Amino acid sequence: MSRFKLFIPVLIFLAMAAMLWRGLYLDPRTLPSVLIDKPLPVFALKSLEYGDRIVTQEDLPDEPFLLNVWGSYCLPCLQENPIFMAAAEQKVIPIVGINYKDGVPEAERWLDYNGNPFAMNIIDSDGRFGIDLGVYGAPETFIVDADGVIRYKHIGVIDYQAWEDEILPAIAAVKNESPN
Amino acid sequence: MKPHRQKKLAILIFISAGLAIATGLSLYALSTNIDLFFTPSQIAKGEVIEGQRIRIGGMVKEGSIIHAQDSLQVSFITTDFSNDLTVQYQGILPDLFREGQGVVAEGMVAGGVFQASRVLAKHDENYMSVEVKAAMDAAEKQRGTGGT
Amino acid sequence: MIPELGNVALIIAFSLSVILGTLPLIGASRGNALWIGLARPLAAGIFVFLSVCLLILGYSFVTDDFSVAFVAQHSNTMLPLEYKITAVWGGHEGSFLFWTWMLAGWMLAVGIFSKAMPDDFVARVLGVMGLICVGYTLFMIATSNPFDRILPLPPTDGADLNSALQDFGFIVHPPMLYMGYVGFSVVFAFAIAALLSGRLDSAWARWSRPWANVAWGILTLGIALGSWWAYYELGWGGWWAWDPVENPPMITWLLGTALIHSLAVTEKRGVFKSWTVLLAIMAFAASLLGTFITRSGLLTSVHAFATDPTRGVYILGFLAVIVGGSLLLFAVRAPLMKSELTFGPLSREVFLLSNNIILVVSSAAILLGTLYPMVYQAMSGGELISVGPPYFNLIFVPLMVVLAVFLGIGATSRWKKTSTEYLRKQLTKVAIASVLLGLVLPLVFTLEFSIGASLAVALAFWVMLAMLTDMINKVSNKDSALAGLKSLSLSYWGMQIAHFGFAVILTGAALTSIYSIEKSVLLQPGQSVMLGDYEFKFNGMRPVRGPNFVAEEGSFDVIKDGNYQRELNPQKRIYVASGNPSTEMAIDAGLFRDLFITLGDPRGEGAWSMTVYVKPFVRWVWLGSIFMALGGFVAISDKRYRRFRVKKESLLETAAAPVLQS
Repeated sequence: MSRFKLFIPVLIFLAMAAMLWRGLYLDPRTLPSVLIDKPLPVFALKSLEYGDRIVTQEDLPDEPFLLNVWGSYCLPCLQENPIFMAAAEQKVIPIVGINYKDGVPEAERWLDYNGNPFAMNIIDSDGRFGIDLGVYGAPETFIVDADGVIRYKHIGVIDYQAWEDEILPAIAAVKNESPN
Repeated sequence: MKPHRQKKLAILIFISAGLAIATGLSLYALSTNIDLFFTPSQIAKGEVIEGQRIRIGGMVKEGSIIHAQDSLQVSFITTDFSNDLTVQYQGILPDLFREGQGVVAEGMVAGGVFQASRVLAKHDENYMSVEVKAAMDAAEKQRGTGGT
Repeated sequence: MIPELGNVALIIAFSLSVILGTLPLIGASRGNALWIGLARPLAAGIFVFLSVCLLILGYSFVTDDFSVAFVAQHSNTMLPLEYKITAVWGGHEGSFLFWTWMLAGWMLAVGIFSKAMPDDFVARVLGVMGLICVGYTLFMIATSNPFDRILPLPPTDGADLNSALQDFGFIVHPPMLYMGYVGFSVVFAFAIAALLSGRLDSAWARWSRPWANVAWGILTLGIALGSWWAYYELGWGGWWAWDPVENPPMITWLLGTALIHSLAVTEKRGVFKSWTVLLAIMAFAASLLGTFITRSGLLTSVHAFATDPTRGVYILGFLAVIVGGSLLLFAVRAPLMKSELTFGPLSREVFLLSNNIILVVSSAAILLGTLYPMVYQAMSGGELISVGPPYFNLIFVPLMVVLAVFLGIGATSRWKKTSTEYLRKQLTKVAIASVLLGLVLPLVFTLEFSIGASLAVALAFWVMLAMLTDMINKVSNKDSALAGLKSLSLSYWGMQIAHFGFAVILTGAALTSIYSIEKSVLLQPGQSVMLGDYEFKFNGMRPVRGPNFVAEEGSFDVIKDGNYQRELNPQKRIYVASGNPSTEMAIDAGLFRDLFITLGDPRGEGAWSMTVYVKPFVRWVWLGSIFMALGGFVAISDKRYRRFRVKKESLLETAAAPVLQS
């Protein structure tokens, strides 16, 4: 009986550990995005490519594409850049960029220096569009299907591993569904 | 053996009593000192009791910051893009506070306006705090199900 | 190329830790002298390789090697050299390497300063620390490698170090804090070694005390530095916010305080053995929990590091294995507490037990407050709350008051048995004097009655006068005062110095909380604001340049009773690389009060908003901490702890003694 009381600390600790483990997954930032399988929010913004002309849903590709949130200040975006460049060169999938909370001169300079894998870049300088998309910060990448519906969201940098293990399969899954 | 047992019992009672008091005090203190968190939408819906000390969060609405001319009174609008909430504060705002960024404030609702006693703008520029993000998601869900 | 060497060194350190965590432990239980003998050299080796890692990382910073991801995230070509070096601990990966290196440093110290202990015991201690090191190095290799590269296109410049960290406080606070925090793994290892070997005697307590005291003293300084840094860096005059990242070191510290007192009892009287071992495990668990909380994204606060659940899961798993395992070992191997109640109701043992209970209860309360928001969120299905200073103060302050009262009595009481007569004789006058001074002094200086201030002053005098009375008592039995003072042991002096420090902190904390005043105003150049006895005259702003920032600097004249005192120059900075703003306050530090100005924003026509503060006695908080730490160090510089070498014969005796002692 008296030996038992020595086991009390272990039991208390295990209970606490279980609680802490549960707690790790409570962060809303780790919950899946509420926008999966919902259409892309409506927008009317300028782009880096088309000067003063406002771009909208109409200007987006008619096939599945990647929507990548980036900024010139964002270091992990720089890490992703070579992967996107390779993908663009091999014509894996069109990539549309959202230049998020950035300055236009800085963004253009960044693209000049590092390479531009994007078919188009939507300028979201105040981040309003990002809010509609539920963006937490750069970089984030969405896979949007041919009908403009968001099918997949990847938060954070896409490295070679993530590209091979997550993004490519997800792209394939989306492409296999559409009739083309 | 008897006095020994008595002493042991005395110590045990002493410790247990102390622990019981401490636990009771802790739980009481906890229950009366937690600050609930509300979004502008929840406040608009009237889920908050006026005068109750709470925390609110959201994004600072563009163009909404108004400084009084010759005092430290400032007002701005916090929004979760479904509802707006006017916040009034007397004092100096933190460095990272600006329009288009997330903000968390402590204070109470009075007359439909939030009287802030503290304004917090933590983290670096490009990331939102947990509370603000949760507010955004909740509002987003609302807009989705409510049908816009 | 060079960062890759860092990676290799890290892997070697990991491998050596694996060996250290296995062979010496097995060797100790089997009596294999060869394997036992591996412990010290392995510890040294791990230290060498982790030092190499740290040096390489530092080198990468100094040479602006932005192909190293960590360097690119936390440095910049314009960053001053001293901050490039300290940026090593400016983010998660680097600071964790630093943390692990500290562990290796302590391992080396144990290896060197352990000649008086049996080799198999040392092998166990180092083996346990080696196991901990395995966990840390594996964590880095698997999830947080500071040597990760950005290739093939490294950035041309870095993201810059967070502006809040470009500061002297950042150079000293993390190293000191980590050193103390990690130091508790030593006494933890001692406890585990005792459980493994079945030897839990007063020799063990005597060996453990210096390590516990030093770690505790360093942690005290580390926390004090953090408080001091937050005070002048964060700009709201606060020196403790009960922030979720501040609380874990405090919990560790409170448990550490309980531990050093419990160790004293175990060494002197041979009781509370199992309790002491449990405390050692808990103090270490608290330090691991601290790491978990800050690095897992579990709680948000001003300085949370990462928000990656993978890391959190790993650390939690590590925590579960090490702490869960230790507590299990404790449950199975700790000697059952027999009825060793050889002490009376008013004995020093009882008072120290009360001290322990109060400290453990405070730790538990702080832990509860820190984790409660998460618990609430889990139970309420996602509702967010926050638990603020009111809760913590409501719990902590009364407990500290009780602690102070018991301190006075406990430090006067005698081991084993104290008569009420004796206590009454010693303490009645002290009690009366304290109450009187508490009532009178604040009234004299502030002309208004405050029960909080009176209580604090009374308690401080209670502690100090009780201390003085005891000293006089001890000294008066000797021939002369000088001889008397010399006869007092260093551990006695250490105790008094530390308790004196406690009284100073108590006073400073209470008085500054009660009497600090502040005012926020909008001033035009030429205008003044009055606060307390002081006038602050705003002269205007001018632009200044720093090495990596531009700023607007204000000029203020401080005037007291019509006499010019000095000029204060607060700044509002913008760091060029990151564009981040930063407010640098101007402080006039004094022993009895601090004056403080922080700038707000420009308002047109040269007017600026600003806040001025007068904070009495705030420095006493840190001064008191220095005394406490000093006391801790002095207490173990006593000769009986400095016996590094023991004659071979007595070692053989110890080895021949029966194995299981309770």
